[in-house]
Amino acid sequence: MSEASASEPLRRFLQVARGAGLRISAAEGIDAARALDLVGYADREILKDTLGTILAKTLDEKVLYDETFELFFRPNAFSERRDASAASEPQAQNPWSASEPRGMGAGGGQSLSELLESDDRAALATAMEMAAREAGIQRIRYLTQKNMYVLDIMNRMGLRAVQQEMDALLDAGTPADTARAERLERGVERLRDATRDFVERNLLLYARGETEQLRERILKSARLANLSPQELERMRVLVRKMAKRLATRYARIQRRRQRGQLDIRHTLRQNMGWGGIPFVTAWKHKHLEKPRLMVLCDVSGSVAWVSQFLLMFVYALTDVLSDIRSFAYSDSTIEVSDILEREPFETAIARVATLMGFGSSNYGSALAEFERGWMQDVTNKTTVIILGDARGNNTDPRTDVLDRISKRAKRLIWLNPEGRGSWGAGDSDMYRYAPYCSMVRVCSTLEHLERVIGELLEKR
Amino acid sequence: MERSETEEPQRVIASIDEVDAGLEAAGYIASRRISTAMFIAHHLRKPILVEGPAGVGKTELAKSVASWLMLPLIRIQCYEGLDEAKALYEWKYGKQLLYTQILRDKVGSMIGEEEDLRSAIEKLHSFGDVFFSKRFLEPRPLLRALEQPHGAVLLIDEIDKSDQEFEAFLLEILSDYQVTIPEIGSVVAVVPPVVLLTSNSTRDLGDALKRRCLHLHIGFPDEKLESRIISSRVPGIDARLLAQLVSFVQQLRTLDLKKLPSVSESIDWAKVLVLMHSAVLTEELVRDTLNVLLKFESDIEAAGKRVAELTRKAQQALA
Repeated sequence: MSEASASEPLRRFLQVARGAGLRISAAEGIDAARALDLVGYADREILKDTLGTILAKTLDEKVLYDETFELFFRPNAFSERRDASAASEPQAQNPWSASEPRGMGAGGGQSLSELLESDDRAALATAMEMAAREAGIQRIRYLTQKNMYVLDIMNRMGLRAVQQEMDALLDAGTPADTARAERLERGVERLRDATRDFVERNLLLYARGETEQLRERILKSARLANLSPQELERMRVLVRKMAKRLATRYARIQRRRQRGQLDIRHTLRQNMGWGGIPFVTAWKHKHLEKPRLMVLCDVSGSVAWVSQFLLMFVYALTDVLSDIRSFAYSDSTIEVSDILEREPFETAIARVATLMGFGSSNYGSALAEFERGWMQDVTNKTTVIILGDARGNNTDPRTDVLDRISKRAKRLIWLNPEGRGSWGAGDSDMYRYAPYCSMVRVCSTLEHLERVIGELLEKR
Repeated sequence: MERSETEEPQRVIASIDEVDAGLEAAGYIASRRISTAMFIAHHLRKPILVEGPAGVGKTELAKSVASWLMLPLIRIQCYEGLDEAKALYEWKYGKQLLYTQILRDKVGSMIGEEEDLRSAIEKLHSFGDVFFSKRFLEPRPLLRALEQPHGAVLLIDEIDKSDQEFEAFLLEILSDYQVTIPEIGSVVAVVPPVVLLTSNSTRDLGDALKRRCLHLHIGFPDEKLESRIISSRVPGIDARLLAQLVSFVQQLRTLDLKKLPSVSESIDWAKVLVLMHSAVLTEELVRDTLNVLLKFESDIEAAGKRVAELTRKAQQALA
């Protein structure tokens, strides 16, 4: 059985569910089709549970799945409002049913005006579904396409003929004809509302996942310094998400086997019972340590933005990093670890900024101060990350201090938010610092950050 | 999958209601979702991955399925460091050693007849595999489950506690119901077992594993289901007490606690209350027995402040 043989509604649902962000493999699609052959579509609850067990495999996915299912298998707006409207406007119903139907139907089907007049909601709903499919509603992606699709669907249902009929009736001018035209007008209005509703629902179904993904892609590659305050909250969510992914990827790898090296002591001990004949072999493996991190962040000017996100990223990774210590500097250096650990992030960042004031950067003195205060804590297991644009306002860069840090630390990583083109231009000392660093990277977007931290975890 | 319906001694379950009834007869009150998942799993021949908080009856489900289908339950408890030697098979080293010792003379005399080393080795080769045959194989739970003549219920408990390597190693069993033993070859299940895996989500499981399983999340039951579960497990309980008890527990779950009381705890509590011959819930009674429901000192303290109010609300619950 292949996915192609799955019934049409299931295929459309799978497409929608994938769009909404559920990851559904082809094999799972086949399973879903086989399961539906068993249980059928008759019982909505069973249908939901069945597809749920096959398609959604984490708690997050279950929530997403429930939403999508409710949207997709929701009864049409027409059939839903049927009873309500019948109850609320009985006086409107009566004259309608009394009015004489006119034969304008082409083929066997009734024309739109007849459907509107008889208010046959089930038939209208079916006609709308058909017109929508012809119009290719599943390709809708943007809010701006909404009106286009509404118009297209209504035209395909035969709106133009109705309008002509209304014009003709108004031209005739008799009271009966005018009343009929007005009734049609109201019917068209209702149809328009229902169609708009229908299109909006489909927009939600088909476009939600993609617009979300698109936004995320844009935000990930946007320069952090250019973000508007509204986007900040989204960015925080995104950072947490990215950090969680990195954490789960690297948390598992705690030790790596050194292939081919026999652990003789362990092997002998394990095989004591058999007189030392090595039936069971034990191999050496290397325990991978969590990186110990010291982060020095420039908090002046535009670099402050990047600093904020670097710190957020690092502190979201406490599962796979150990002993994170963070420092803020502009013309002097202070340790900010406990502020960041104690306070919620939003206020902590603001606190750090006020503590530092807005002094202009002086890399030389900041580095010297770091050496005086914290150099004894830098060990051969420490990774030091310095984030800054290396623009020291023509002060002494003190590369000798950086040299000493580099010699003591396991690794020294310099992240610069400026593009390579501007390194070394003006008062930038980047090229003076670079020789002492084990890694120098441009870092101005979330993607850069993710890559750098991924590398950090990779090469333990 | 080809061998499906032809040679089956295994029964075929006709409907979801049959699952419901079968599990109920085995003493397990299943929600509709659980029965549906079991039904689908049975027909698609897929393992079920059951997730949910501790004590909602994940392990119990496997036991009940086994007793309903009258199949042996084979259980494997996962833990860090569990490997295939403990889960699948192990060579009986002792026996191999013993046999080689006993047979030493025999082997010696047989090889002794050969004149040079080369032909002695040739000779050894010709019967060398004897010591790596099924006779010297110690089957562990997974292999036993595959070898059951009428099928079995295989429960792989707390899969999230095992290492990632073990998870990968399970994939062959889960998708094809067979395992490969390098010295012997593939062992295919006589009758595919019903496989249930449970997880407390202490870590995320791999996608490959999830793709091969159906996923069932069992949460805390609603008031109605919980009353049914408790009355089936504690048959002697008074209807009014039951209603009050369930209402109390349900309210307790809305509090912000470290560990919410689960179904197993409410069953225990019900048993305690029945033992104490109490007919209604009183504040004093609740205070005295709260440690049955809550397992952390801080939780008992936090809930203690609200006991009066919660009990009052619970007392209004109707049987």
